Amino acid sequence: MTVSTLPRRLAVVVVVAVIVAFLSIKLGAFRDYQIAEIAYEVTAVAGLTVLTGLSGQISLGHGAFMAIGGYATALVLMHLNWPFIVALVIAAAVTAVAGGVVGVAAARLRGPYLAGATLMLGVALPAVAYAFPATFGGDQGLDVVFTVPSFLGVNFPLTRWQAWVGTAVTLVTLLLLANLCYSRIGRNWRAVRDDDVAAALDGINVAVARIRAFVVSATCAGIAGSLLAVITALVAPGAFTLTLSIALLTAAVIGGLGSLPGALWGSLLIILVPTYATDVASSHGLSSSVGSNIPIAAYGVVLILVMLAFPQGIQGGVRRLIALFGGPLAREREHIATPEHSEKEGSS
Amino acid sequence: MSRPHRFRLTAAVAVATAAAFTLAACSSSPGSSSASGTSTGSSTAPLTASAPGITASTILIGSHQPLTGPAAPGYDEIAPASTAYFDWVNAHGGVYGRKIIYKYLNDAYDPTTTASVVRQLVLQDNVYAIFNGLGTPTHLAVVSFLNSEKVPDVFVASGCDCWDNPTQDPETFGWQLDYIREGKILGQYVAEHFKGKKIGFFYQDDEFGMDGVKGLEDEIPASQVVAKESYVDTNVNVAPQVAKLRAAGAQVVVSFSIPAFTALLKLTSLKLGFNPQLVVSDVGSDPITLSGLLESFAKSAGATVNGNQLTQGIITDGYLPSLSASDSWYVLFKKIHDLYDAKEPLDGNFFYGMAVAYTFVQAMLKAGRNPTRADLVNAINGGLPQGPMLAPFAYSASDHDGVTGARIGVIQNGVIVEQGPVLVTDATATGAITDYTGTEQQAPASGVPSP
Amino acid sequence: MVEFLQFTLSGAVFGMVYAAIALSLVLIWRGTRLLNYAQGGMAMFTTYVAIEVIYRTGSYWAGFVVALAAGMVLGAVCERGVVRLTTGRPPLNAVIVTIGLLILLEGLAGIFYGGQYRSFPAAFSIIGLRVGHTPIGVSRFDVFVAAAVLVTTLAFAAAFKYTAAGLRLRATAFNPTIARLSGIRVARVLTVGWALAGLLGALAGVLVSPSTFLYPNSMDTIFVYGFTAAVIGGLDSPAGSVVGGLLLGIVLSYVGGYLGSQGPDLTALVALGILVVVLMIRPDGLFAGARLRRV
Repeated sequence: MTVSTLPRRLAVVVVVAVIVAFLSIKLGAFRDYQIAEIAYEVTAVAGLTVLTGLSGQISLGHGAFMAIGGYATALVLMHLNWPFIVALVIAAAVTAVAGGVVGVAAARLRGPYLAGATLMLGVALPAVAYAFPATFGGDQGLDVVFTVPSFLGVNFPLTRWQAWVGTAVTLVTLLLLANLCYSRIGRNWRAVRDDDVAAALDGINVAVARIRAFVVSATCAGIAGSLLAVITALVAPGAFTLTLSIALLTAAVIGGLGSLPGALWGSLLIILVPTYATDVASSHGLSSSVGSNIPIAAYGVVLILVMLAFPQGIQGGVRRLIALFGGPLAREREHIATPEHSEKEGSS
Repeated sequence: MSRPHRFRLTAAVAVATAAAFTLAACSSSPGSSSASGTSTGSSTAPLTASAPGITASTILIGSHQPLTGPAAPGYDEIAPASTAYFDWVNAHGGVYGRKIIYKYLNDAYDPTTTASVVRQLVLQDNVYAIFNGLGTPTHLAVVSFLNSEKVPDVFVASGCDCWDNPTQDPETFGWQLDYIREGKILGQYVAEHFKGKKIGFFYQDDEFGMDGVKGLEDEIPASQVVAKESYVDTNVNVAPQVAKLRAAGAQVVVSFSIPAFTALLKLTSLKLGFNPQLVVSDVGSDPITLSGLLESFAKSAGATVNGNQLTQGIITDGYLPSLSASDSWYVLFKKIHDLYDAKEPLDGNFFYGMAVAYTFVQAMLKAGRNPTRADLVNAINGGLPQGPMLAPFAYSASDHDGVTGARIGVIQNGVIVEQGPVLVTDATATGAITDYTGTEQQAPASGVPSP
Repeated sequence: MVEFLQFTLSGAVFGMVYAAIALSLVLIWRGTRLLNYAQGGMAMFTTYVAIEVIYRTGSYWAGFVVALAAGMVLGAVCERGVVRLTTGRPPLNAVIVTIGLLILLEGLAGIFYGGQYRSFPAAFSIIGLRVGHTPIGVSRFDVFVAAAVLVTTLAFAAAFKYTAAGLRLRATAFNPTIARLSGIRVARVLTVGWALAGLLGALAGVLVSPSTFLYPNSMDTIFVYGFTAAVIGGLDSPAGSVVGGLLLGIVLSYVGGYLGSQGPDLTALVALGILVVVLMIRPDGLFAGARLRRV
């Protein structure tokens, strides 16, 4: 018996949207900005967690897709002066095409080879901005102008508008992503991830499924990049370094690979832990090089400890907690997340 | 079948509510709008909280700095040096009795992080002004935000001439010598002293190097320039560039490079048996830093003493006094350095940090006893005394450039020895370079500028 | 022509450094089927240890030896203490743990040694060697770099092939279960594998740091190119690491020499290009063996 889950998902989306809207009015401007930051982070991580967790393809260079989305948005807004929603759709489309190209190139690659290729992609793509400085602004990047629409009045704070736009776009993206994951397409991904030979024997076109996963995942990252452009008001190569790509993967795995709530936990962790650690360190009046590196060392320790303590990610830990305390409420749903270590035996 | 979904809804609501309460508990209330304050108060008027970030006893300013990451080496000394100078001022009466609190946050040279930490400083910590934000791509991420929030954005730590935009960015001011001016000054020296020689350029492939080259080309005849080689700071293999310079027969190489790459230029030149006269931008020529980078190689490069041998004879420029014991500013800053931050080396970056802090204190004193944010901006628009700078500032309502000139120097025995007059110019292609006939100001005895 | 020779030789020297990193990654991959993302960070840390020793004792070789020893210790400690705890878990967990290790090491280096650039001495003269009057683009130290990596590689290859310990390592890499059944202490062998990888990484660190200067992030780019070299050569093949490293180093040197120095830096894009071309033809790297597909 299939019960339509779409109304349920829509309900969750509406509730979350209302809560965020309430928070954005109650909390100050800086928290609104953080809500917007978390929004685009979650979008990117959600796309990556679907790619790596559901379809089993690792990407160490997802920042490159965010860069494509961001620059596309900046260029459209700057040269064509169209509204943001149009720029967003264009950016998503451009990034989808890029994702398709990369997906085709990556279709035959496995494990560490895919990791190496995507790593180099993440490093090399920002270099394109330097190669064509007239178009892309070189080292200084491109300014992005994003204003509050006039119907909201003159006094509506920009940060609140950014939080609203970010949250709205993220929720819509997550909704579409969730529907995709529980559809036949999503099931095909999981089949290909777990045993691609069996999937092929079953009539699934493995290459198409893998490429499709890359396209979807890249589109999410492109949307996230587009949001980043209007929220930070700048796209520059320095914003899309390898550090960003690694942070996205870290967030996806630590949050819980393959799970959309995991994208939220992971994003919260990578955004809030460094800030919190910095506050703690600077309040102790240490020398500059010690004080600024303690948050870094602490963040590394947190990553290691969380990964060891929650092998299925934070979402896995949440599930376990519910199972411990929840009783009948916690009947495990179909386990869609991390593949049980399906080691592909390659050549030895 | 319905239970897991109800659970999911409940869980989502529970989590969100918990998050809401946590965030609400953590957040501070938004800052109040600035109260109007009198900018000309008598010296006995009570101190009030005349602007965000100002209380009766403190002035809170913020900054973004690369404290970690690949851009940190060297630049992470600047903010602690400024803090040391503020500590000195605070211990000697402060600014009209107020203590300066300098809160600088790490952005690791990532513009996204810069955007975030500067919003934290302005929206959450309610700083009075952003001071000495470091880096061109990073600071560009926050210029429009600061100007729309009407937060003074003073003395940006970058030589881009983009800070001079008073019509669009009235809150933003430069401080250091911009790279085009510097290129012109160095270029004129090269054109005059190396007539007929072959000149090569070695420059960083960003606005620092490209603006420098722009200035150089304004002064050096194009017929003399035989090679122009750029590098990126992510690729340490500069052998191809140096090989090209050597193959073109460059006898003088003008380098707009950061210290690490000046050192690499020198080392690679040694490896290729290439020994041109080096002319290096102030950004990359600090003798202490260079010696530190080169000292391991001095012996193996054939020199018998220390890294100083490898920096001997490098021509450079400077807009701050040379680090020699005969200079009153050096004496003052060394005293403060030994007192407050003795572990750090007293090198060019340290001097920079103290000098810019000095300028800030001068500006705050001029802004008045109970300044608003607008008072600070107006104070700088009215012009500032040059303090430790060798040349005057350009500050006016229509010009937000910083110092207007520099003096040529030569590195001898690990110290820059100044030569010739102070030269001032503008940032246009045809603006003349003239000698500055004013005198250098001496450091005040108390170390604190007079109001 | 002279330029060509200069570019080739100087590129080969950098290539040998990439090969050393690649070899350490291959060693760990073959033994434990894991990617050690912290390899560059470990190399950076051991190089800091070396420079402290050099400052105190004044002897370069003391620092050199201590660096290699510290590399072995660090590798063993990381495996034993941290990575071991991820066995049986999804493979990406180990990658995230090593990423955490990398960040931790960079933070610790900043705390203990400060963030400044440190100059690291070269073992031999850095003055360029000449043939006649023409400098050929490498110095005595560069020759030492190439030789050191080559000798270490050959020593490892010989050890793997001809000693009992090497046999144990290979057996464990081939099939840990059967190795265990044959009486091999697999856990100990894995630790030894990581220790040797740590040694290789430390070697790469002391060899390349004179050219990059030493600071907490100095090995980041070297690691990326070393990883690329390993992927190009095939993660199961030590010979592939050397070939991949040389290929990468030399081609990038040509790019920088003939194309790059007057315009944007195309190094990363060209490296990506090489990687894509190689992996299109051979998805498992140049020296990959035939792939087993179990149906």
